[in-house]
Amino acid sequence: MNILALIGRVVLAFATTAGRLSLFTFSGVQHSFLPPFYLRLIGRQMVSIGYYSLPVVGLTALFTGMVLALQIYVGSSRFNAEGAVATIVVIGITRELGPVLGGLMVAGRVSAAMAAEIGTMRVTEQIDALVTLSTNPFKYLVAPRLIAGTLMMPLLVLIADIIGVMGGYLVGTQKLGFNYGTYLRNTFDFLEPLDVISGLVKAAVFGFIIALMGSYHGFHSKGGAQGVGRATTNAVVSASILILVANYIVTELFFTR
Amino acid sequence: MTTTPKISMKDVHKSFGPKTVLDGLNLEVGAGESVVVIGGSGTGKSVMLKCVLGLLRPEKGTIQVDGEDTIGMGSRDRERVLHKFGMLFQGAALFDSLRVWENVAFGLTAGMKMARSEAKDIAIQKLAQVGLGPEVGELGPSELSGGMQKRVALARAIATDPEIIFFDEPTTGLDPIMGDVINELIVKCVKELGATALSITHDMASARKIADRIAMIYRGRIIWAGGVDEIDTCGNPYVEQFIHGRAEGPIQMEILKR
Repeated sequence: MNILALIGRVVLAFATTAGRLSLFTFSGVQHSFLPPFYLRLIGRQMVSIGYYSLPVVGLTALFTGMVLALQIYVGSSRFNAEGAVATIVVIGITRELGPVLGGLMVAGRVSAAMAAEIGTMRVTEQIDALVTLSTNPFKYLVAPRLIAGTLMMPLLVLIADIIGVMGGYLVGTQKLGFNYGTYLRNTFDFLEPLDVISGLVKAAVFGFIIALMGSYHGFHSKGGAQGVGRATTNAVVSASILILVANYIVTELFFTR
Repeated sequence: MTTTPKISMKDVHKSFGPKTVLDGLNLEVGAGESVVVIGGSGTGKSVMLKCVLGLLRPEKGTIQVDGEDTIGMGSRDRERVLHKFGMLFQGAALFDSLRVWENVAFGLTAGMKMARSEAKDIAIQKLAQVGLGPEVGELGPSELSGGMQKRVALARAIATDPEIIFFDEPTTGLDPIMGDVINELIVKCVKELGATALSITHDMASARKIADRIAMIYRGRIIWAGGVDEIDTCGNPYVEQFIHGRAEGPIQMEILKR
């Protein structure tokens, strides 16, 4: 009996959360497409997500590209395929590591900040104040973040792709002794548009997830400073896990075609 | 009463999980009247205001604003009804990402789509009404003292010239003198606007100052209501215990029950 009660409780809690999150997502997306649009707020979020994440994402991409070149060289030299280093680096970066590592870094930076800001607004009644001033909090707080997240992440990842490939190029030519021209030719000759596009689609999905988790956990935080702290942690953890899950789903969608 | 009351709550029930907060609450507020609801902490005062504003949804009962049922209203109608309201929050609830004048003008620019320059003029005028100069408008809310924040919040609540204003513990956390300043401002602003006011407080001095009529809430019900002049002679043991602030009496605090 006790075990059944426990299972029941877990299932109920899961269903409640899933339902609440679905409704939240639906409202957020709906308000992202319906006017009025708060352009000033969208702009501010774009700057904070896109521009201020550049150093973090850029450094991540640079070192990932560099280490990738070294590791692939080790592996490929075992069967005399060193020539493939440039190609594998660019495919690895654009298809996988650019969006995923970039997404995880931005999740830590941005969804935490969003959850903290919106959570504080919740516990200090600022969200209630918005409603009494005839402003829909979904329109004012959630929609700008979702729009900015979904639009800025692909841009950010595109820059990360370029920096990552440059990192590989640096190590390839300076340390591994590749010829400059050959490395670049190998990078671009075998690169297909889909490699980059699938990565950017992933980035858009991740950007949406990051903004959604930050807003959702902030919105539903309660109980003062401790509640806001919990919301921040939950936002980062759930955004990171959802990014990894979504990454597999999107990869498979592009893989089967 | 022959005329429609501005706000009418009938048999309102609201609970959170197993905890019943409003248990059949009845209250009417007439047009142009100032009603103060007094009661201890955790008796459902704030929940009552939030139910009227639609921030919380009661399980049972009816709430009418100008004779219009507001429970289960669609978001467009809800927004129209909310245009009639202004609210002063307990912790001021100023938006700290905006400057003071933007806070005051918020209901005008975001809610009523007024141009920013026009809204700024009104905001400065409203700030003057609560005794703050235009230079305060350029500051951030975190640069202000508690009393000043309350004043700014009051200016924000009256900025759209609302028909109904809610005051959630307007004097809590202020020293007695600043509390009285806020009380006077409330009386003055409500009179100037000709607005209907519903306040909740546990500060008796404040209640006596701003109320036409006082109602006492206990365990989610209104147990007494009457004019300010009647409260000292009402003979209700709950009310008497509360206004004299005695620990002994029919009201048992949770902490003493164990």
